[in-house]
Formats: sequence, C-alpha cells, structure tokens
Amino acid sequence: MTLVEYCRIVILPVLAFSVILILIRFFKGPSIADRIVALDLLITTGIGIIGVYTITSGSSTLLDTGMILALIAFLSTVALSYYLERRSKKK
Amino acid sequence: MKTIILRTASNYLLPVLLLFSIFILLRGHYLPGGGFVGGLIAAIAFVLHSFANGLKNTKSLLRFHPGFLMPAGLALSFFSGLSPIIFAGDPFMTGLWYHGHVPVLGSVGSALFFDMGVYLVVVGVTLTIIFTISEAP
Repeated sequence: MTLVEYCRIVILPVLAFSVILILIRFFKGPSIADRIVALDLLITTGIGIIGVYTITSGSSTLLDTGMILALIAFLSTVALSYYLERRSKKK
Repeated sequence: MKTIILRTASNYLLPVLLLFSIFILLRGHYLPGGGFVGGLIAAIAFVLHSFANGLKNTKSLLRFHPGFLMPAGLALSFFSGLSPIIFAGDPFMTGLWYHGHVPVLGSVGSALFFDMGVYLVVVGVTLTIIFTISEAP
C-alpha cells in the first residue's frame, strides 16, 4: 500500500466520518458553547482534508488556504466567546 | 477581553498575518491571491489585535483613521490605470510591464500598483466598518 492509497482508503474516510459526527453535535448541541467548539473542530478537520488532498493530488495550491485557516480559525471562537461573555455580564 | 494568553498570542500573530497578507498580495497575478484577499487578511490581523488589547490600543497603533486609506488606495489605482496614457501613449488601463527581473517582486507592472490600491481600499473599508460596529453599544 502506497502513501496515496493509504490516504484515500484510510485517512479520508476517517476524516469524513468525524465530519459527520461533528455536524451531529453542531445541530444537536444543547448549549451555544457546544456549537462554537463544533465549528472550530469542523475547520480543523477541514485543514486535515486539505492536507490529504495536497498529498494525493500533488498540487500545492490549496496549502496556503490551510495555512491561513490554521492562523485564523481560532478567531471565530474568540469572537463568539467574547460576545457570550458580554451577554452573560449584562444579565 | 483581558486574558494574558490571547494578548501574548496576538502580539506574535499580528506581524505574521501582515507578512502573509503581503505575500498573498505579491503572488496574486498568476496564482490564487491578490489585493482583495490580502487586504482582508491584513484587516483580520488588526481585528484580532483589537479583540485582545481593546479598541483604543489598536487605534493608537494605527495612528490615523483607517478611512483615510480608501481615497489613497483609489488614487493609487486610478493613477496606475492612467500611467499608460502618460508614459506610452496607449489606451487607459493597458498593462505596462518592466522587462527585467526585480529580486523580491518578480515582475513589476502597472497591475501590481492597481492591486496595491485595491489592498489599501479593502483594508480601509473593512476596518472602518468593523470599528464602527464595535464602537456601538
């Protein structure tokens, strides 16, 4: 089994299955904090999928997208938790 | 937000994101990227800084109101479009290219200055919108 086959047969299904699980948590999530964490995890899994695509296709076009996602992904978590904190202070 | 982890991380992330935005700006002509995306990334860098250190510190870091970047960028774009009329006698917005290799930039032409103008306009517009929204109670 070569690296490309391993990526296609093992890693990509695992990542796809985890995306489904995260989406279930995102839609079900009892509190809004669960949804925020699910959103952050969804972006991180997307970076993994971009890495697998880069290895299998051999083109480095999407690699910069993964880099900027890794730099920025936590910003959404920070912003949403900032507003959550402000809302709980107001009450 | 007064957390020391976020504040320390944002101090290191601001120059990295600004450098990355300039990298995206310069590779934009033949590869994915360009002025618009680079400007958005630069604006995100300042937004992150304002989340960690407060709006006042970011404004004192910028020194001037970001709205002034919009006319400067528009003027730069307009004069890059006007330059073929002045220098070569070609129609408006013809691409002029310097035939030689510049070390960091690669190839220099009027399209690069047009992209820089777009970059400045996008930074100015985005920062003005976000600062106005977050100032509102």
